[in-house]
Amino acid sequence: MSKPEFTPNEMMTIAASRALKNDDVCFVGIGAPSAACNIARLTHAPDITLIYESGTIGTAPDVLPLSIGDGELCDTALTTVPVPEMFRYWLQGGRITIGFLGAAQIDKYGNINTTVIGDYDSPKTRLPGGGGAPEIATSSQEVYITLAQSKRGMVEKIDFYTSFGHGDGGDHRERLGIDTKGPTLLITDIAIWKPDPVTKEFTVVSLHPGVTRDQVQETCGWVVRFADGVEETPPPTELELATLRDLKARTEAAHKGA
Amino acid sequence: MARFVPLSQAVAENLGNGDSVAFEGFTHLIPTAAAHEAIRQGFRDLTLIRMTPDVVYDQMIGMGLAKKMIFSYAGNPGVGLLRRMRDAVENGFPHKIEIEEHSHAAMANAYEAGAAGLPCAIFRGYRGAELARVNPNIRSIECPFTGESLAAVPALRPDITFIHAQKADRRGNVLVEGIVGIQKEAVLAAKRAVVTVEEVVDDFSDLHPNLTILPHWTVTDIAVVPGGAHPSYTHGYYARDNAEYLKWDKIAADRDLFRDWMQKNVLDATPEDFAARVEKLRDAG
Repeated sequence: MSKPEFTPNEMMTIAASRALKNDDVCFVGIGAPSAACNIARLTHAPDITLIYESGTIGTAPDVLPLSIGDGELCDTALTTVPVPEMFRYWLQGGRITIGFLGAAQIDKYGNINTTVIGDYDSPKTRLPGGGGAPEIATSSQEVYITLAQSKRGMVEKIDFYTSFGHGDGGDHRERLGIDTKGPTLLITDIAIWKPDPVTKEFTVVSLHPGVTRDQVQETCGWVVRFADGVEETPPPTELELATLRDLKARTEAAHKGA
Repeated sequence: MARFVPLSQAVAENLGNGDSVAFEGFTHLIPTAAAHEAIRQGFRDLTLIRMTPDVVYDQMIGMGLAKKMIFSYAGNPGVGLLRRMRDAVENGFPHKIEIEEHSHAAMANAYEAGAAGLPCAIFRGYRGAELARVNPNIRSIECPFTGESLAAVPALRPDITFIHAQKADRRGNVLVEGIVGIQKEAVLAAKRAVVTVEEVVDDFSDLHPNLTILPHWTVTDIAVVPGGAHPSYTHGYYARDNAEYLKWDKIAADRDLFRDWMQKNVLDATPEDFAARVEKLRDAG
């Protein structure tokens, strides 16, 4: 029997979806996190609670939203609350198990930059900014991060701390009085990373099928550490791939408009 | 009691050069027609306030109306960056703008504080984040009971807030359903408020009372503009025009293309054009 062919991006989305559990309450970022969360819902975690910052709680969209407030999210939600309530009662109130974020730039301690490339006052590139992320990163019980690996995206030092991860590592979060776990998982297009229990530096725990250690290092701006006994990520199943491709096709058709 | 007036009059009599103004809407119900009217009337030196200053503020900045922007996410969600805003921040075109940047939690709390008549908002935020280094309006305060360090930001109190809503009744009470966003707080925090609506009905007696979010005496003026949120959407009336948001990325990337688009679709257009823009989206709404 031939194995299904898949792209690195598909592997990333599917690996990220597998990290989510049926009883998770997940604050969903737009883009890759949104795809991963909905694949989880459409495969192994049908009862997962997905929350978008527009106020939609328990949403189950048929197509991926282009924005965090597409009508589809409200139509299929259990309830929709005002934005201040979203951030006060639900996020700050500690009712989110997983905050799922993307990143423009990330360092080895899971600190995220989505604000500027270069200097803040005279930036080389002005990015959209933090939105909900600064508080998602500290008020969610855990944070998962997903991004495609590149030397521009995975850097020794980020240009701006939009969302705090583990800071300089070790007990930096505790020293700031932050009592949530912070980034506990990083899923890229070629590997799965977890923080070292003591130093909190992200280390590679699993390589996606066919990926070498050299490839991980070539697409990363810091010296990569590998865990003892690095595993191989199981390839996508036919069901996972078909679900993802159907969702993407439906989404593309919907966003093209009439 | 809210007045019912044409949009051009509502904008002319409530907005002024140098005002701080919020055209609020959280993806849903963005008051695009009102913003286009402000562009046509050519206001200057505005402080533009909005959590998610997407396409509408990109257009206002590109046309030179803005002196300052207070915001928490300056992107075209799911599409990319705001290219006219970037041109202003990175290259000073058409002129430099000042920015005051926050997180969503901060802005939401700051509007609530404004609506509640408080001087500032207190919340558990910005921990470990760097915005506090570059924004002097992000400070901290110690809880007098627990000693916990909490973030504090000044209340938002716009001179005027514009929002779009599904409907008003003849007395000027305003109804919103679907994603309610930050609109109620933005109106109650402001000195004056203008609401554009899809339609006016005699009364709301056959509708669920929880849908009425603003009693008539909280609103200054109401203008009827069917389709007035396009390319955003109005729940129950027409769908979000995602294709337009995707197209905007190309239009805004080029200064000349942008200027031509604004001439045709804003400067030479009227509030009545909005109804035609949403006609094909009505079945999906």
